[in-house]
Amino acid sequence: MKKKLSNVPFNGTEEQKEKLLSFIKDNKDEKGSVIKILQYAQDLYGYLPIEVQEIVADELNMSLEEVYGISTFYAQFSLVPKGKYNISVCLGTACYVKGADKILNKVKSIVGIEPESCTPDGKFSLTACRCIGACGLAPVMTINDEVYGRLKPEDVEGILKKYQ
Amino acid sequence: MYKSHVLVCGGTGCTSSNSNEIILKLKEEIEKSGINEEVCIIKTGCFGLCAQGPIMVVYPEGSFYSNVKVDNIPRIVREHLKCGNPVRELLYEETVKGDEIRSLNETPFYAKQKRIALNNCGFIDPENIEEYIAMDGYMALCKAITQMSPDEVIKEIKDSGLRGRGGGGFKTGVKWERAAKNKDDQKYVCCNADEGDPGAFMDRSILEGDPHAVLEAMAIAGYAIGASKGYIYVRAEYPIAVKRLEIAIKQAREYGLLGKDILSSGFDFNVDLRLGAGAFVCGEETALLTSIEGKRGEPRPRPPFPAVKGLFKKPTILNNVETYANIPLIILKGADWFSSMGTQNSKGTKVFALGGKINHTGLVEVPMGTTLREIVEEIGGGLPDGKKFKAAQTGGPSGGCIPKEYLDVGMDYDNLIKIGSMMGSGGLIVMDENTCMVDIAKFFLEFTVDESCGKCTPCRVGTKRLLELLDKITQGKGTLEDLDKMEQLCYYIKDNSLCGLGQTAPNPVLSTLRYFRDEYESHVKEKICPAGVCKSLLKYIIDKNKCRGCTACARVCPIGAISGEIKKPHAIDQDKCIKCGACMNTCKFGAIDKM
Repeated sequence: MKKKLSNVPFNGTEEQKEKLLSFIKDNKDEKGSVIKILQYAQDLYGYLPIEVQEIVADELNMSLEEVYGISTFYAQFSLVPKGKYNISVCLGTACYVKGADKILNKVKSIVGIEPESCTPDGKFSLTACRCIGACGLAPVMTINDEVYGRLKPEDVEGILKKYQ
Repeated sequence: MYKSHVLVCGGTGCTSSNSNEIILKLKEEIEKSGINEEVCIIKTGCFGLCAQGPIMVVYPEGSFYSNVKVDNIPRIVREHLKCGNPVRELLYEETVKGDEIRSLNETPFYAKQKRIALNNCGFIDPENIEEYIAMDGYMALCKAITQMSPDEVIKEIKDSGLRGRGGGGFKTGVKWERAAKNKDDQKYVCCNADEGDPGAFMDRSILEGDPHAVLEAMAIAGYAIGASKGYIYVRAEYPIAVKRLEIAIKQAREYGLLGKDILSSGFDFNVDLRLGAGAFVCGEETALLTSIEGKRGEPRPRPPFPAVKGLFKKPTILNNVETYANIPLIILKGADWFSSMGTQNSKGTKVFALGGKINHTGLVEVPMGTTLREIVEEIGGGLPDGKKFKAAQTGGPSGGCIPKEYLDVGMDYDNLIKIGSMMGSGGLIVMDENTCMVDIAKFFLEFTVDESCGKCTPCRVGTKRLLELLDKITQGKGTLEDLDKMEQLCYYIKDNSLCGLGQTAPNPVLSTLRYFRDEYESHVKEKICPAGVCKSLLKYIIDKNKCRGCTACARVCPIGAISGEIKKPHAIDQDKCIKCGACMNTCKFGAIDKM
C-alpha cells in the first residue's frame, strides 16, 4: 500500500510524549507489542509522524527502519494528519456494486481533494476505505464516527454542508 | 417476572441506523408509562435481516418491527407494551398476513435457514455472560474437560466433518490432531477474526452477537491440543466487536471460565486480543501469526505448518470465528447430529453475507448444499427493481463469479471449486445486468495489487501487470491477444505465488473470462461496454427530437461540453465530455441517452 509522507511540521506536546513513554514502559515486555504501541501512538497524535516513530524505535531498541516498515505496511496507520472531519467512503464490494465510486467522485469534487489527503485548512481529510461491515446499508460513508448509509450521489452535498 | 422482552438489534448495521437512540427512547417512554417493572429491554447482536434495520422484536409474541424510527416508539409502547396490541402497520410486512401475524421463522427470509453458528445472535445480550450460560453456554467446555479426554474431543470434531469456514476448507479436526501430536512446553490457539474480504461481515456479527461462543470454543481447542494461551486477532475497524470481546473475556475470567484451574479441573487457559491494523494478507495463516508477533504481516513458506511451528515458533492452531462458533454445539450434541446436515464432503451449515443487488441484504445461515437459487430468490427475495440476475460473486477477491447457468448448483466447498469459484469466508454479492464483469474483475485486481505484501514477485509484479491489461481493455484499447496474454499470466501467478493471496488473486479474472468472455470481447472488438459502466467506452447523446432546448443540461455540465441555443436542440461535444452523467440525471424530457 502506497503511503505519503507528511510535510506538516510536527507539533507534539510534552504531555503527549509523557503519555506515550509511560504506555511503552507498561507494554514493552510483552511479546510483539510494537503494533499495539503504534496504535496507541496514532490515537494520541492522530497520525504517526516520523518523530513519533523515532521515539517508539528508541524505546523498543528497534531500528527506525523496522518501525517505519511496520507503519507503512498496515492500512490503519497514517503518516499524514487527518482533518478535523475525516470522510471515509467505503469501497467494499457490496458498496462498489451499488455505486460507491459515484459517491466518492461526488465527495472529491466537493471537497476538492484526492483520497489519502487533507484540505489545506485541515478541515477535511478523505479516505477510500475497505468495507466497514455495514453492507446492508450500502453504499456507505462515514464522517468521523457518524455513519451515512443508503446514499445517493445527490445526498452528499447536503451531508457535507453540515460540517462546513 | 417481565411481561415482555424487547430485543433491539445492536449489530453494526442497525447501530449505524441509530438503534442506540431507539433504546434510549424506549427506556424513556417505558418509564413514562410506568411499566418499567414489566418490560425488559435487551440489546442483542445481529438478527440477519440488515436490509430492514433497525430491527426490534417483542417477545413472548415474537412481533417483528422493521425500519423502526425513534418517532414510532411512543406508539409501540402505548399500544403494544402497555395494552398488548401489536402495531400492525409498523411490523415487518412479511409477518403480517391478512388478520394473522406470523412468526419470524415463517417468513421467506428465515424459513429456509438453519442457525447453528448464529444460534444466539439476535437472541441474547452479548454483554451478559449469564444470558449465554442460560442458553447452555460453557456446558460444552464443562463436558469436554470433565467427561472427555483431549483425544476424544479431537475425535468428535474429526467425526463431525467440520471444515474451516475461513476460506480453504481444511478439516478442523485434522488440524487439531496435528498440533496435539507435537509435544512442546507452550502451544497456542489462535482465532482469525481479521475479516478482510470486503463485503463479508459474518465473523463480525458472530463476535458482536455471541462472543462467548468463540471464547468457549477456543478453550475447548486449548484443552484438546494442550495449549494454555490463546490470541484473537480482530480487526481494529470493528470497534463494537472489540468492545464486546473485551467485556466477554473479563466476565469469563470473573466466572472462572477462563484463567487458571478452570472448573477445578487443573486446566489453565487464557485469551488475549490483538488488534489487526488492516492488511488483507493477514487473513493468510502464516501472515497473521507473523503479525501477532509484531512484525510486517508477511507470509512465509509452508511447511513447516503452524501446527508444527507457528506463533513464536511453537505449535499453533488457527481457526476462523465461524469455525469456532460451531464447536460448542458439536461437543454438546455430538458429531452425528452435525454431520447429518450438509452434503457428502461439506457438513453442517454455512453463513453467507448476502449483499449487492438483492432485496434482503443481510446474514443467512443455510445447510451446506442449499442452491444459489434458493438463497437468491427465496431467502434473498430476488433482485430489486425487477432487474435480472447476472452473476453472484463468492469468495471475495480470491473467489469467482457464478453465472445464472449454475443457479441450481448446491453451495458447498467442492461444487464451488468445480465451477471456478470458492467458498471463501462466505461473502455473496449479487450482481445484475447493470454490472460490468470486466469492471468487477478490475475492481478486485485493484484490491489485490494494493494489498499484495510485496514479498514474492509473481504476486507483486504479476497482479500489477494483470491490472494494467484490464485497464487497457476498459479503456477500449485492448486486443484479442491481450485476453490470451491475461489468461496465461493468471496461471503463472497462481502457480508461482508464495501464499493464498497470490495463488487466488487471478480467480476473479479467470472466472469472468470463463463465463463472460463475450463481454470482454465486446470491450475489445466493438469497443462497447454492454453494461454501460466503463466510462471510456460510454457516449452520452442528445436525442434531437426529444430535446426542448431548456438549457438545464448545459448549465449542469461541469466542463461546459454542452452547447446550443435556447429552445433549440443541444449537442454534446464528445471530445470534451468527461462522462459524468450529470446531464442525463438532470434532463426532464428523457432526451439524453447513454450508449
